[in-house]
Amino acid sequence: MADIKMKSVDAVIIGFGWTGAIMAKELTEAGLKVVALERGPNRDTYPEGAYPKSIDELTQNSRHALFQDMSKSTLTIRHKPDDQAAPYRQLAAFLPGTGVGGAGLHWSGCHWRITPEELRIRSHYEERYGKNFIPEDMTLQDWGVTYEELEPHFDFAEKVFGTAGQAYKVNGKVVGAGNPFDADRSSEFPLPPMRNTYSAELFRKAAAEVGYHPFSIPSANASAPYTNPYGCQMAPCTFCGFCSGYACYNYSKASPNVNILPALRLVPHFELRAECNVVEIQTDSTGKKATGVLYVDSQGNRVTQPADLVILGTFAYNNAHMMLVSKIGTPYDPKTGQGTIGKNFCYQNENSVSVFFDNDKYTNPFIGAGGNGVACDDFNADHFDHGPLGFVGGSPLWVNQSGSKPISGVGLPSGTPAWGSAWKKAVKDTYTHVLSMNAHGTNMPFRDCYLDLDPEYTDYLGRPLLRLTFDWHENDIKMIRYAVGKMQKIAEAMNPKAIKVSVKNFGEQFDSRHYQTTHMGGGVIMGDNPATSAVNRYLQSWDVSNLFVVGSSAFPQGLGYNPTGTVAALTYWSAKAIREQYLKNPGPLVRA
Amino acid sequence: MPLSTSVPSRRSFLLGTAAFVPAVALTGGLQRPALAANPGTMLPYTPTFFTPDEWAFVVAFVDRLIPSDAEGPGAVELDVPAFIDRQMGQPYGYGKLWYMHGPFRPAPATLGYQLEFTPRDIYRKGIPAADQAIREAFGKRFVDLDPAGRDQAITRLQEGELKLSPVPAQTLFGEFLKNTQEGYFSDPIHGGNRDMAAWKMIGFPGARADFTDWVDRYGAKYPFGPVSIKDLGA
Repeated sequence: MADIKMKSVDAVIIGFGWTGAIMAKELTEAGLKVVALERGPNRDTYPEGAYPKSIDELTQNSRHALFQDMSKSTLTIRHKPDDQAAPYRQLAAFLPGTGVGGAGLHWSGCHWRITPEELRIRSHYEERYGKNFIPEDMTLQDWGVTYEELEPHFDFAEKVFGTAGQAYKVNGKVVGAGNPFDADRSSEFPLPPMRNTYSAELFRKAAAEVGYHPFSIPSANASAPYTNPYGCQMAPCTFCGFCSGYACYNYSKASPNVNILPALRLVPHFELRAECNVVEIQTDSTGKKATGVLYVDSQGNRVTQPADLVILGTFAYNNAHMMLVSKIGTPYDPKTGQGTIGKNFCYQNENSVSVFFDNDKYTNPFIGAGGNGVACDDFNADHFDHGPLGFVGGSPLWVNQSGSKPISGVGLPSGTPAWGSAWKKAVKDTYTHVLSMNAHGTNMPFRDCYLDLDPEYTDYLGRPLLRLTFDWHENDIKMIRYAVGKMQKIAEAMNPKAIKVSVKNFGEQFDSRHYQTTHMGGGVIMGDNPATSAVNRYLQSWDVSNLFVVGSSAFPQGLGYNPTGTVAALTYWSAKAIREQYLKNPGPLVRA
Repeated sequence: MPLSTSVPSRRSFLLGTAAFVPAVALTGGLQRPALAANPGTMLPYTPTFFTPDEWAFVVAFVDRLIPSDAEGPGAVELDVPAFIDRQMGQPYGYGKLWYMHGPFRPAPATLGYQLEFTPRDIYRKGIPAADQAIREAFGKRFVDLDPAGRDQAITRLQEGELKLSPVPAQTLFGEFLKNTQEGYFSDPIHGGNRDMAAWKMIGFPGARADFTDWVDRYGAKYPFGPVSIKDLGA
């Protein structure tokens, strides 16, 4: 173990998931010498995704082959600011990744664009519902960027990801049976929508019957052979059902490893260093300029990597952790509302309805793909009148049959015992005759939901763990109960043998023991005011202008849709600003 | 989600029948379809983690969690005890997949597991404590109870009515249930689910992993049986 100082580079990227890979591609195209540092190991379709060993539920999902190494680090969780926090010791509610590709290697592939109104959510709600509609403790704010500005980047990201979908409106013209609530697009999806499972088609029919507007979910699982703008190739998805939690064996699911890294490998001025865990971003004596990063490599060496430009692109909440341990920006204080680092942590507010059929009707739930399915958007975003409902937010509803495996994925009827002969009979009678639908709702930011450093627990490097203070608020429970009620009508229209509704009750606390989603956001949020946001509209730190912080950490609120599509578009948007503005004249791109 | 409610579907409501009333209630008079029709036979296996006494307890316990009956195979005949013993030798068994740094202190249940015990500790400390508590409550060691008695003992552990120390009864029960279902349903390469019998019972095709030709055969039964990673030469 030694102290090593590397030669300075133009840009260093912390984390090599989607945001790191996109930034590496964009900045090397601009001629920059780029080093990317990934804390986890090298990973790729071979060997991690190689069939058949990748099709192993126990190793991959139950034993977390691709997920964060919890023995080294985790976060602590508490519900309220005055509670004692406890470590999240076992992966359950959310499954952060590690390694080359990050969570982008084991994501599902639902590939969405944020709705225009969600980008200016405070302004939109105040205009439509009045100044008093948003609760006082809901720290809602606009993003500082518009859908029109992001549209070219959504468009390009879909072409990079090989996204399969059905457009509704292109350049103002209705072109097909896509989501009628969708904003205008500049082009069609690069691939036609995937074929759908029986479960999804049952949802399509039933949702239409009850008056909703079903459409195929945009999916970054290839529906046909495809070569993306980087020359990276994808093969048609085989509906194997092993997406979320797994590396795709078939080059069908978009990932940084499949869709970007093959092109980057050909770039001589790019270097990817795996098993290099960044300890902190270093700044000069003024604290206003980043000088590079300090990391620990796989041999335990402490390595300084100087760089002119630092890109922070770790998983969601880890961006806030890196800012806090590097002492960049002002930590958020929930008592005063001052400070921005750690502010507006947000999650996904999801509940489900299971639908059970007779034994002669096979839903074959093992068939699926992570981004596959049929959704309706009638109760998402502001597609419905919130006035009489008294809550902010909404939820897409869908059947997203991604492949149920027997250890983790058998939904059983209410009242089924947890073990014994009756349990076994229920599993046997149910497994191939059930479908599950989800309300994948928004989670609004609240003053007392935030991230800071834990005063007690540390990671393997001795750094304080991140501490998450989070609980469900009445607004979000009202919303999800409303959305699940609408979804129940779809279930009933399927005329099933039985249905089971799982929905949060008022007063219910966040429960970290059960898988929900790995869609976390906030902590280093974007905005137009340094008093209320950590980064500007280009994801540039207000405090350190040669630091850009990319990822869902920039989201000021939790979206109804899965975050990755918006994360990718924001990253391309930020990269464009770096390439076209920052590199010509390094310094703040927005004057405070 | 911990809180779920069951609502009758439109059809079952119209028919006036409650759907899915469990055939077996967990407490009180137990009815077991075709009880012990086939107690199940393990392949010969010498445990490397469990002691002989623990092993007898484990075999008897998992046999009740997933019994052998007319509906399908039980955990014992699918070698689930051997699966659990093998897992104790894996990083999982040593708690290497968990954040295991102190202080360890009680927290609301919703914040998850907060004990210092690894899976190996849970079994090693939990089994003798459970056996002692069962002997005090039932007058017999667990393995000497009849099937109905074992089910009652397991139920009392599940509900935390039997007090164990230092591993709480519900922690021991939860570990048993999780590992038993894992062994029953995981690929046979891990030593359980012998002959993929649990997959065959429920209709899971294992590592076939290509349904290009079946994705839009709506409502139809998938015609092929399962394959194991082992069968694929990996």
